Amino acid sequence: MKIVIINYGAGNIQSIKFALKRLGVEAILTDNETEIRNADKVIFPGVGEASSAMQKLKASGLDKVIPTLKQPVLGICLGMQLLCNYSEEGNTEGLSVFDVDVIRFSNEVKVPQIGWNQIQNLKSELFQNVAEKEFMYLVHSYYAPLCKETISTSDYGIHYTSALQKDNFYGVQFHPEKSSTAGEQILKNFLEL
Amino acid sequence: MLCKRIIPCLDIKNGRTVKGINFLDLRDAGDPVELAKFYSENGADELVFLDISATEERRKTLADLVLKVAETINIPFTVGGGISSVEDVEILLNNGADKVSINSSAVKNPQLINDLASRFGSQCIVVAIDAKQIDANWKVHLVGGKVLTELDLFEWAKEVEQRGAGEILFTSMDHDGTKNGFANEALSKLSTALNIPIIASGGAGTMQHFTDAFIEGKADAALAASVFHFKEITISDLKNELQIQGIPVRITN
Repeated sequence: MKIVIINYGAGNIQSIKFALKRLGVEAILTDNETEIRNADKVIFPGVGEASSAMQKLKASGLDKVIPTLKQPVLGICLGMQLLCNYSEEGNTEGLSVFDVDVIRFSNEVKVPQIGWNQIQNLKSELFQNVAEKEFMYLVHSYYAPLCKETISTSDYGIHYTSALQKDNFYGVQFHPEKSSTAGEQILKNFLEL
Repeated sequence: MLCKRIIPCLDIKNGRTVKGINFLDLRDAGDPVELAKFYSENGADELVFLDISATEERRKTLADLVLKVAETINIPFTVGGGISSVEDVEILLNNGADKVSINSSAVKNPQLINDLASRFGSQCIVVAIDAKQIDANWKVHLVGGKVLTELDLFEWAKEVEQRGAGEILFTSMDHDGTKNGFANEALSKLSTALNIPIIASGGAGTMQHFTDAFIEGKADAALAASVFHFKEITISDLKNELQIQGIPVRITN
């Protein structure tokens, strides 16, 4: 099985690579279109600021590649947010896979949200053998509101989307690679899709 | 609901853990990777590695350590100690650290906070502040409390938030090492005045102290070293107690 992690200079790629290695999978880091298209599974990571990450995607032409991929794609954290229509962060047009706009948490809660929160209302094969209200590690200031593509929700002042799915595209706001054994189960489920 | 975090802190010198760590069931308790693995498997929510070495090779030693830790554990971790440039941070994050903590370098060059936040995002920038009370005023200190600065804790904390810090690690030098509890009054004032998470540090001695830091101190996370290293408190017992006290925590089995 060929697993590719899209390497576009945004984020904690090493941690994802190591998490997959703990599952016995050697992932390839690449920004090469052919390699990405030929992969069995694609992971689209992202940490940092939305508009600069989007600029990097555009500079490498990956903004055109990612939305047309046919194999299972998993966007993590900012990767998930960039798969949405739009992000308030840096007034950024997204890749429009998920039909939702990403907005900032209100100042009634501490921003960023940092730490372990529960995921619930799970509805996807991505969450096989993952318990309702399982804890996941999250670090983010912006979020996707609930929408028809929501497959998991969390609470932080409001009830929001912690995971999305549309066709072969999956997006998780949390970091499965940093979420202990439950996070590993989600990565394992993705690899087995 | 977002959980309150429990964070063991490991002091590192020349790639080894220091401060007598006497877990009998570890093959090599001086190996930070082994210790990190132990904590990650026993309910820690996050780890902090604080490098206190002063050798010329320290940067490389620390970068190598980060890589090994990232390879081994499946929870987030922060690295601090002697970090003073964008280049330092880039290496540590690329090697798999989730966050970096800066302290003296931020006081000497506050612009560093802005530079790091805009380059890597606020979420991975922790500013550590050591302070103690002098004539009823909380004053920021450097070099583990040895050097007094003119900065007021609350003003400095507000400034680091505005400059883009994602979190503050506040250590009360008056409480650190006393095992008499955290600086709850100052913590509460910080937590109320700021809109970023506050990590409480210094003074943990009993499980009640953690409860107090979260309820009275309104802390988002609590950090401790010796009570965990010497097994005076186990993280699973602590979390069960916190849950009984009505504090949201991540319970692992």
